[in-house]
Amino acid sequence: MERTAHENDPGGTSPPGGNGWRQQYWRKNLRLMLVLLIIWFVVSFGFGVLLIEPLNQIEVFGFPLGLWFAQQGSIYTFVILILVYAVRMDRLDDEFGVSERNGDGERL
Amino acid sequence: MSDIQTWTLVFIVITFGIYITIAWRSRVKETAGFYVAGQGIPTVANGAAVAADWMSAASFISMAGLIAFLGSDGSIYLMGWTGGYVLLALLLAPYLRKWGKFTVPEFVGDRYSEAVRIIAALAAIIVSFTYVVGQMNGGGIVFSRFLGLDITGGVIVAAIIIFAYAVLGGMKGITWTQVAQYTVLIIAYLIPAVAVAQQMTGIPIPQVSFGQILGELDALSQQFGLDAFTDPFSARPQIDVFFVTMSLMVGTAGLPHVIIRFYTTKSVRGARWSAFWALFFISLLYTTAPAVGAFTKLNLLQGVQGVSADELPSWVVNWQQTGLVSVAEGASTIETVSNDATSGADLIVNNDILVLASPEIAGLPAPIIGLVAAGGMAAALSTAAGLLLVISSSFSHDLFFRVVKRKTTDAQQLLAGRVAMGLAVLIAIYFGINPPAFVAQVVAFAFGLAASTFFPILLLGIFWKRANGIGAVCGMVAGLIFTASYMIYTLEVFGTSANDHVLGISPEGIGAIGAVVNLVITVVVSLATRPPSEHVQEMVEEIRYPAARVTSGER
Repeated sequence: MERTAHENDPGGTSPPGGNGWRQQYWRKNLRLMLVLLIIWFVVSFGFGVLLIEPLNQIEVFGFPLGLWFAQQGSIYTFVILILVYAVRMDRLDDEFGVSERNGDGERL
Repeated sequence: MSDIQTWTLVFIVITFGIYITIAWRSRVKETAGFYVAGQGIPTVANGAAVAADWMSAASFISMAGLIAFLGSDGSIYLMGWTGGYVLLALLLAPYLRKWGKFTVPEFVGDRYSEAVRIIAALAAIIVSFTYVVGQMNGGGIVFSRFLGLDITGGVIVAAIIIFAYAVLGGMKGITWTQVAQYTVLIIAYLIPAVAVAQQMTGIPIPQVSFGQILGELDALSQQFGLDAFTDPFSARPQIDVFFVTMSLMVGTAGLPHVIIRFYTTKSVRGARWSAFWALFFISLLYTTAPAVGAFTKLNLLQGVQGVSADELPSWVVNWQQTGLVSVAEGASTIETVSNDATSGADLIVNNDILVLASPEIAGLPAPIIGLVAAGGMAAALSTAAGLLLVISSSFSHDLFFRVVKRKTTDAQQLLAGRVAMGLAVLIAIYFGINPPAFVAQVVAFAFGLAASTFFPILLLGIFWKRANGIGAVCGMVAGLIFTASYMIYTLEVFGTSANDHVLGISPEGIGAIGAVVNLVITVVVSLATRPPSEHVQEMVEEIRYPAARVTSGER
């Protein structure tokens, strides 16, 4: 049980019978999520809060860079992160054959 | 009736007509329509509905003014109220949609236990009520400022409109009116912002051009005794900026009225994409807000600089009547400006003025001012309706029919949902007219509570099969008690006196730590007790995959 907790590993507890793909799918999903969340943290809390003072020494289009990240750049980044997640998950779903489609094979 | 009042009335009547028409066309006959709009909402429409649901009267009317005076530290709201969508889109929305139920308490009830469901339903009701009070009051304020109606009349008119479409159409009616309301509010926000940006810098994109005036704004602000706009941590210490931003983000991801909007999409994929559209639509307003704040503040300061007190610009005189602007007696020229009524500055302006009066300050025509009023109304109505639905569904679906009366028909459930909605509207009217004295602090409670109760157990419920019911109950209660105690300790509410902030962390920022407390307790208690049943673990496994696997040959 301890192991499952730390590795977030569903494959360990799910029945065999050709469910190995599940583990792979979930790992890929988690890896993508982790990368995107690291960017989320670095851009907002990193650039916009913790490093705002040094970054403010650089000026871009009249904006001190730290302020720009805190009030503009972080928000643009958030939008792009969700877009990347939605696009990559569509591909991942297709790769593993778990995308939601109607009878004609069109995406729902 | 002045020009401004006429135009305001025209826009309010037109937009209300649109909302009522939509409500009539989308009335529903069964509970699935009432609670989750039959799970048939297209992604872009759901994105717009989430955006309207999310952006409240406070976002529309107050935020730009808050940022103008907070300066750099205004980022707590800008990042805090947008960053939560990344958490929501990546960690919660797709999985909750796969689960495919009606309410947030219902998910935790299935995943953990009935006890968790009941606690969650009560928390959802409390969080939503604290939030709805501000919306009703905000709607009333728009009416009273622009039409000269008193706040009581304003609140009642706003409530009748909400009642009509929320009770008739439930989630379906609310969704489609929210789409219309988003359109109204974003147009009303962007037109004056673009006009002001063009006027002051020659570049009609406020997001880009407000950088040009920051130097001038800093210099002028300091001359009037205000903090420089670009200086970080002038309003709050760094550690507090960090924790408040985190609390608002985590709170956003845990607010039930936002989460249930993702239950209405057609698919898991739809939930992911509507999160993208939602944040895209929200970002249009949120990236404009600091520009509106900066431009209007500069305009305002330039307008009163070196002018004698009896020759002030006309907007000062106009808004003095509402009490939102006041000039100190005996001041010959304006030397100091503040947004704090107790500061003793020569000119005191309320934060809300920066949006409400920005068209006037920039000399824009009356129809635009009327449009801004309609936009403020749209923001208040759309958020209030979403909140009322959560109150109604938590009460009827999660409490009444689970605890009091378990056997029912769909028609009875629908009726109960409508009755609960009606009662919620009545209570909201009462508090909208008589807001509790601590209404401002109460919003901090809503986010703190959502962050410290819902988010951790939802997260663990999805990502950790081992989390169990006892763990979740202990975690939620611990997070709640921790957060509420710190808030009561540091705020003057319920007759208590305010104590100093511990380590510089304000009550608005404590929710993030409450969430960690909840998380740790849930994990520790779960590990010390029995794992959830095979059946539950299998359900958690299933929500990870959007659809049953089809190999390429079969398709």
